[in-house]
Amino acid sequence: MSTEELKNSITAILPSSTFDETGEFLNVVITSEELLPLMNTLRTKSEFDFDFLFCLTCIDWKDHLMMVYHLLSKTHQHTLVIKAKIADRNNAQIETVCNIWRTAEFHEREVFDLFGVKFINHPDLRRLFLSDDWVGHPLRKDYTDENMISL
Amino acid sequence: MRGLIGEDLLTEEGEFIINMGPQHPSTHGVLHLKIWLDGETVKRIQPNLGYIHRSIEKMSESLSYRNFIFATSRMDYLAAHVNNEACALTVEKGLQLEVPQRAKVIRTILSELTRLQSHQLWWGCTGLDLGGVTPFFYAFREREAIMEIFEETCGARLTQNYMVPGGIMYDVHPNFQKRVKDVMIQIKGKFEEYDNIMTGNVILENRLKGVGYLSKEDALSYGVTGPTARASGLSCDLRKSNPYSAYDQVQFDEILDTGGDCYARYMVRMREMRQSVSIIEQLIDNIPEGDFQAKTKNVIKLPKGEFYQRVETPRGELGVFIVSDGAASPYRIKYRSPGFSNLSALPIMAKGGKIGDLVAIMATIDLVIPDIDR
Repeated sequence: MSTEELKNSITAILPSSTFDETGEFLNVVITSEELLPLMNTLRTKSEFDFDFLFCLTCIDWKDHLMMVYHLLSKTHQHTLVIKAKIADRNNAQIETVCNIWRTAEFHEREVFDLFGVKFINHPDLRRLFLSDDWVGHPLRKDYTDENMISL
Repeated sequence: MRGLIGEDLLTEEGEFIINMGPQHPSTHGVLHLKIWLDGETVKRIQPNLGYIHRSIEKMSESLSYRNFIFATSRMDYLAAHVNNEACALTVEKGLQLEVPQRAKVIRTILSELTRLQSHQLWWGCTGLDLGGVTPFFYAFREREAIMEIFEETCGARLTQNYMVPGGIMYDVHPNFQKRVKDVMIQIKGKFEEYDNIMTGNVILENRLKGVGYLSKEDALSYGVTGPTARASGLSCDLRKSNPYSAYDQVQFDEILDTGGDCYARYMVRMREMRQSVSIIEQLIDNIPEGDFQAKTKNVIKLPKGEFYQRVETPRGELGVFIVSDGAASPYRIKYRSPGFSNLSALPIMAKGGKIGDLVAIMATIDLVIPDIDR
């Protein structure tokens, strides 16, 4: 599907979504509650068929967290970026997508570890890199540590 | 039994829990696997990471767009050139900078030399893991010749830091062309030797055939890329589908296998070595004259926005995601490393197999732990 067709199809499913076309890929910005139904549709509906989640990460924009999902369809060769806004930083949570793409399981654990986002229904949500008793989430912009050195 | 080994090592179902690593020769680094065993059969595997986590992503947030690239040489240390290239390409994408043709061709040659030496090291180590010492010496004999080219041109053997935004740091050594050609002739003659000692070996075939099966669907769902995925029939070669540098100027076919087992992964890498030689030979006589670096400002500032670049490392797809807020250092950097996703498929590949086969599976996924932990 072309960018224009993708936009129209997604607007039909989720009218509240907004688009950002400034970058290389088409960005769809949604709220964290809208994520799971949209992702399910994008995976299962044959016209989308996004079968490869090639990157999953998070960005800390200081007043909110933004989950970023890079999706690719091997059959149609189209790419899409879904951005889910998590407004509440102190109690950040979002539905897991690891039942749709298994690769999300590790990537979500990494985001949980370094950003402190809780993934609802994740099968094994533990810290991935840091020890279990680590305080705080290092990739957040307000993280400080007495051992940190500024470069 | 229970009193002897402690209760936590034996589950209620009678499964025995053992720890493999973090210091184990076959993990090629500090990886810890917790394994649930029923006799010799693997029931469940839980990888534990973080023993060599250096927080390169956090560190990069306070480094300039020139300096953050240096840290990436320490990620996948067997493919430093390709990591550097990925970062340089992302910065160039942000700057909308056209790289001189000479730099593109040299980058491609060096990337393929990197792939060749990385696969050679993998080949030697696979032999070592499966109980044969000789292949290791064979592989290192040819690999050393490539490392010497790197040393002569870049000044370093492992952490080269040669690809910079705009092109390459300085022009290649005058001997470069001749040496690469000599080494290619030398290596081409050795492939037969590799096949004689390993590929056709009955012991090796017994250890690899039908072991560690990964289906195409699982490979896609787990985000497995590189030779590991191509051995399961999943087409994912970014050099072909999203060509960068000079890959659109060379003739080569994507190497696929449908076996999905350890032997298929072994064969894909063996064929890729020959393919890398062919790509290098197509380019080495046609290095264009001209600049080796485009002009960039002293302090690079990317415009506000997000930039993503995917490249094919010897282990699979490396993605570099830069979020810029217009400052002189990145706001956020994410490395989507190939080993990270490939490792996540290890539990399903090893499940139901024997613990001895786990070593063969890990060898053919070709794990590099610093690449996973970052």
